[in-house]
Amino acid sequence: MKIHKYDTVIVGAGGAGMRAAIEATKRSRTAVLTKLYPTRSHTGAAQGGMAAALANVEEDNWEWHTFDTVKGGDYLVDQDAAEILAKEAIDAVLDLEKMGLPFNRTPNGTIDQRRFGGHSRNHGEAPVRRSCYAADRTGHMILQTLYQNCVKEGVEFFNEFYVLDQLITEVDGVRKSAGVVAYELATGEIHIFQAKAVIYASGGTGKFFKVTSNAHTLTGDGQAACYRRGLPLEDMEFFQFHPTGIWRMGILLTEGARGEGGILRNKDGERFMEKYAPVMKDLASRDVVSRSIYTEIREGRGCGPEGDHVFLDLTHLPPEQLDAKLPDITEFARTYLGIEPYTDPIPIQPTAHYAMGGIPTNVQGEVLADNTTVVPGLYAAGEVACVSVHGANRLGTNSLLDINVFGRRSGIAAAEYAATADFVELPEDPASLVVEMVEGLRAATGSERVSELRRELQETMDANVMVFRTEQTIKTAVEKIAELRERYKNVSVQDKGKRFNTDLLEAVELGNLLELAEVMAVSALARKESRGGHYREDYPNRDDVNFMRHTMAYREVGDDGSETVRLDYKPVVQTRYQPMERKY
Amino acid sequence: MATPVMDKAEATAKTDASPYITVTFRIRRFNPEVSEHAVWEDFPVEIDPKERVLDGLHKIKWDVDGTLTFRRSCAHGICGSDAMRINGKNRLACKTLIKDINPEKPITVEAIKGLTVLKDLVVDMEPFFQAYRDVMPFLVTKGNEPTRERLQSAEDRERFDDTTKCILCAACTSSCPVFWNDGQYFGPAAIVNAHRFIFDSRDDAGEQRLEILNDKDGVWRCRTTFNCTDACPRGIEVTKAIQEVKRALITRRF
Repeated sequence: MKIHKYDTVIVGAGGAGMRAAIEATKRSRTAVLTKLYPTRSHTGAAQGGMAAALANVEEDNWEWHTFDTVKGGDYLVDQDAAEILAKEAIDAVLDLEKMGLPFNRTPNGTIDQRRFGGHSRNHGEAPVRRSCYAADRTGHMILQTLYQNCVKEGVEFFNEFYVLDQLITEVDGVRKSAGVVAYELATGEIHIFQAKAVIYASGGTGKFFKVTSNAHTLTGDGQAACYRRGLPLEDMEFFQFHPTGIWRMGILLTEGARGEGGILRNKDGERFMEKYAPVMKDLASRDVVSRSIYTEIREGRGCGPEGDHVFLDLTHLPPEQLDAKLPDITEFARTYLGIEPYTDPIPIQPTAHYAMGGIPTNVQGEVLADNTTVVPGLYAAGEVACVSVHGANRLGTNSLLDINVFGRRSGIAAAEYAATADFVELPEDPASLVVEMVEGLRAATGSERVSELRRELQETMDANVMVFRTEQTIKTAVEKIAELRERYKNVSVQDKGKRFNTDLLEAVELGNLLELAEVMAVSALARKESRGGHYREDYPNRDDVNFMRHTMAYREVGDDGSETVRLDYKPVVQTRYQPMERKY
Repeated sequence: MATPVMDKAEATAKTDASPYITVTFRIRRFNPEVSEHAVWEDFPVEIDPKERVLDGLHKIKWDVDGTLTFRRSCAHGICGSDAMRINGKNRLACKTLIKDINPEKPITVEAIKGLTVLKDLVVDMEPFFQAYRDVMPFLVTKGNEPTRERLQSAEDRERFDDTTKCILCAACTSSCPVFWNDGQYFGPAAIVNAHRFIFDSRDDAGEQRLEILNDKDGVWRCRTTFNCTDACPRGIEVTKAIQEVKRALITRRF
């Protein structure tokens, strides 16, 4: 076992982690731990753009952006955080440009902008061009640009180091972050990273769904590491289903396709979004569009022999426009479906896309131990965190923005904290939980297979807690997850080796997914209303009297070792926008 | 009613006119914890030919042999984790459909060449990333920063568009015979990433990068075999980019 000492340790090397690293490395001795290589992170899969009211192509301002974010999040957004997001968006985009990001350009050489779902002029009057983009590979360009700048700044990376545990030590009655424990994939060795400050930027947890745009590696590792140590998870019932995933595969087709003029059609060729969102139509917010698609499917107007999808129609757009603005997604359609988007519509269905909830933080990225108490030395940013700028439903282009604004903020805050703080003493036998986890799995001889349990988990999540939920479907999911967690105790792996044991890694990941799936389902069961991405058919209306509040889920362990999810609630921060009925 | 799921469709597909066929995956296995020798191992897999090679590898790993080891993440050709040699050609396993590579015969899968194999399909990527880091793959500018964005015309932006697509998967570099014979060569991917900045109108370090590539292990080692262009899963004209860098070295115009 090796022990390392750094001022700042960052867990994850996607957009948020690397944006934080660029700041933290300038100010403190920093290490970035990633279970992949930095450029493999799923930020690279983001397509459509990054919102900022630059007003390069038409009138816009950050106050309108703030409003759209609050409304898009169905008023569960903390409005002070949304204001920071929208205000700092402008510098966040300009910073990336200065770092070298090759944005598409307007004829006069400034950054070009396009329309995106839910972004509007003057509080909902009409769509506005606010998304700064680089073709349909904006996330790729952001990830590459940030990595390039990490190379420039000499950021120290530990590639293929998988963080499995968050170390916390109580000092004078205050629980402080002491560091993390990581498993080195290449060798199987366990490493302790003692750090004054730790930033989680390890991404989402979409892999508990079957049809998802998420990478195989998005298994909620950071959320689970904190949750296991008694820290809460906020708003985990809110998950975004992106309207346009490739049918059955879930691969993302950007909303930018509709921003460029693409239209959703049912089996009769009808532009059905006109019925559900008369003003914004196909560019309504994602939760609205995903529900509309499934309503069409359920009412028998879905396409194909099974009637289980609808079409994204780009055929009326000039091929030159598709080549210039949407080259990657049109290639996906050709590669994976054998469809030519110039001439044929693309079969799509909603795909599990983004966790609005996560590790609760304040606007400096500091992690909260409850509704108000900060955990000294612990930070989170990006999809793993819940600030909450996305509330009940994130607007498209606000996540690439989130990782840059709050990645930067947490990087600065963590490094500044590390500059004055002392190292916190490591707990006794700091690697014990990880050794138990890893050696337990390696030695286990049970009959359950990881792949089978994961398959059953994904199927139950898709069937019961996706776009439409009811008391009954959520209860079914809760029971199934409990059964799977029980069976997980009897899981074994075939690879018993030390070297690149990805079999073992997948078993650990499944454990994280099961834990987080339970939190999600229990949180969803208790929220007896419909808001943003959480739609209850048995409670179809938003209930601001009882549920205009954030869910805070805690892991409770009974005397007999039994685990339960305890729910508490946290008020929403409201500044200038009173909740209104949400119409697009 | 709950959200419709795809189970029903799949169940139907399995009963009427099953799309599934049996494909043999012939995989080059190597695990130094077990043996110092690499061996070929055959795995028959029931698979829909419209699925990806990566799906086949997952079926083997998940249902047959958990020790089979490979890297992967996004599964749709963006993250660059799963470059491997499939039927003798470098490709991404997640971007190669079974039907496109003749499923009648065994599909051979082995690690990319020129980098040390660590286990099965996993290679040591460090020399590859070192070459990348050596070409100064970041924007370098002189003078004061503007308050707003730097201006760049759409034409100037287009000049280096192709090479911005690189996902650092190493399919090009590990298909290059020069790189196989001499690991000191920067390799196509590093040159592609140098090109991306040399031809960026905002950048001021083109001369420095050209000098780096003028080295004996630099751009002149390229023998224009076009393997790199054929291998690139992002459709980058890699050989052309290398030629443009060579030309810039001669003309000092870029």
